Order: sequence, then C-alpha cells, then structure tokens
Amino acid sequence: MQAEENMLEKTVCETTVEIKNADGLHMRPAMLFVDVATRFDCDITVSRDENSVDGKSIMQMSMLAATYGTRLKIKTDGSDAAQAIEALKELVEVKMFDEPPPSEKKKQ
Amino acid sequence: MFFQTMFTGVIALNCGEKMILGDKMKFADFVCFEATIPELQATDRDGVISELVSAIDKAGRLGKDSRQEVINSVIKREKEASTGMGKSVAVPHVKHPAVKDVVAAVGRSNVGVDFSSLDKQPVYSVILLISPPDNPDRHLEAMESIFRHLQQDKFRKFLRQSETAEKIEDLLREADENPSL
Repeated sequence: MQAEENMLEKTVCETTVEIKNADGLHMRPAMLFVDVATRFDCDITVSRDENSVDGKSIMQMSMLAATYGTRLKIKTDGSDAAQAIEALKELVEVKMFDEPPPSEKKKQ
Repeated sequence: MFFQTMFTGVIALNCGEKMILGDKMKFADFVCFEATIPELQATDRDGVISELVSAIDKAGRLGKDSRQEVINSVIKREKEASTGMGKSVAVPHVKHPAVKDVVAAVGRSNVGVDFSSLDKQPVYSVILLISPPDNPDRHLEAMESIFRHLQQDKFRKFLRQSETAEKIEDLLREADENPSL
C-alpha cells in the first residue's frame, strides 16, 4: 500500500533550457547546477542531443560541453519534480550562473 | 542491388554517428605528452600544480616568462573551488593568455595528494589544463573529453597503473580510439 501511495505522488517534469552565459557550462556553473539539483529528492536527468547525464553528478555534467547557445533538456522525476525544474531553469536562463552573456563579456 | 540499397542506408547512418563522434576532441589534440610526469615529486597540491605547469613550459607551450603567473592563476582558481572531483582524480585548470590553444599535462602520484576533493580522498591522477580566455567553447570540449574518460572506472584504473610517460601516452591514444575506455 505504501508503495502505491508513493507512486501516486510521483511526477515527471520536462523542460528545455538554453545556455545564455558566454563561457557556457564550464566547471563553476556545472557545480552551481549540481548544488541546486542535489537540494531536491527527485531524479534529475540532463540531455544534450542523444547524451543523457545525471544532473547531480559534477563529472557527468562536465561531459555535456554545453557551450553558449546550447539547448539542454532537463527531466525531473519525483515528488518535488516541479520545484526542481523551476529552480534549475531560473539558474540557467535567468541568473545565467551569475555570469555575463557574450554582449556584456566583450565590454569587460 | 537490394542489399546494396540496404547497406547504403546503414552506412549513411553510421557516417552520421561517426560525424558526431568525430566532432569530439581527442586527448592527442590537446595533451602535451612531452610534459607528462609519471611520478610527481611534489606531495602537496600547489607543488603538483607548479610541477605540471613547469613541464608544459619546458615543452615550449607557454608564452615567454609566464610560468609563475600561470602557476599562481591555477592555484587561485583551485582555492575558489577544488577540481578534485572524487574518485582519486583532479583536473586543475585555468584560462590564461599564456597559451594560444588548450594544452594539458598529465601527472601521476604514487603517494597521493590532498586536493581538498569532494570525497576527501587523496588524488593519484592529475590532468592540468590551460585554455586561452577567448575560446570558451574549445575549453568546454577539452573538459568534455577529459571527463568522458575519467568517468570510466577502467580508464582511471589503467591511468593509475601506467608507470611511465610512454604507457600514459599509449593509454590516452588508445582511449582516443576506444570510446568504452
């Protein structure tokens, strides 16, 4: 019975985000991503084309080589899937990992 | 005729796949094998960084008189957040104008080095990477290549067991040809 209730709570969310900071998803942004991802209980998978990696693993996230303009699919699966996807989308597209987009980087 | 058509279809698919794979950077594209250190002398993080940057400099891959500045930048970057990713490997790196293209050096430690790693364990294999600041995409591609292999248990194990610069070069070149390594 317990298992059945858990099944009912399970939700799957999916979204696509675009990398907007000039330097792309290098190690520092990847670490920020993993930091946010690990706050949630749900499973988080990030895909670029045919490659899917664990959004909670810094090594795997570094394998995405997500340059500026790359579109990544984020899939979350678990009770807090919706909150996780919202937080990650904000980190990538709104906060841009606290890094400048190409237009501002050139001015620096 | 029928078979030919069928095979052409298959071949076309394979070529597509190959093109995707072919786009990926190989170790041989950016690792400076001359700078490999199979037995690091230093036993601390900053010493290891200094040894590897010096080896890259000695191989003629750094701009004139930039060695110390590069060492300082890598250490500064490492202090901001450790590149010790766990599983006994570390990938210290920095973007610095002393290089025109990405260049990496591989070092092995027999005694283990404290890199303040995520898993708090000592590091035995170090890949140090220096990238030019004006080409962030190439830096990401080199990182992808490094982690694609470091991710594999087999590759990490073989790297740790490769006791000479020749063996390390052989391993890296084999990894370039064998995606499962």
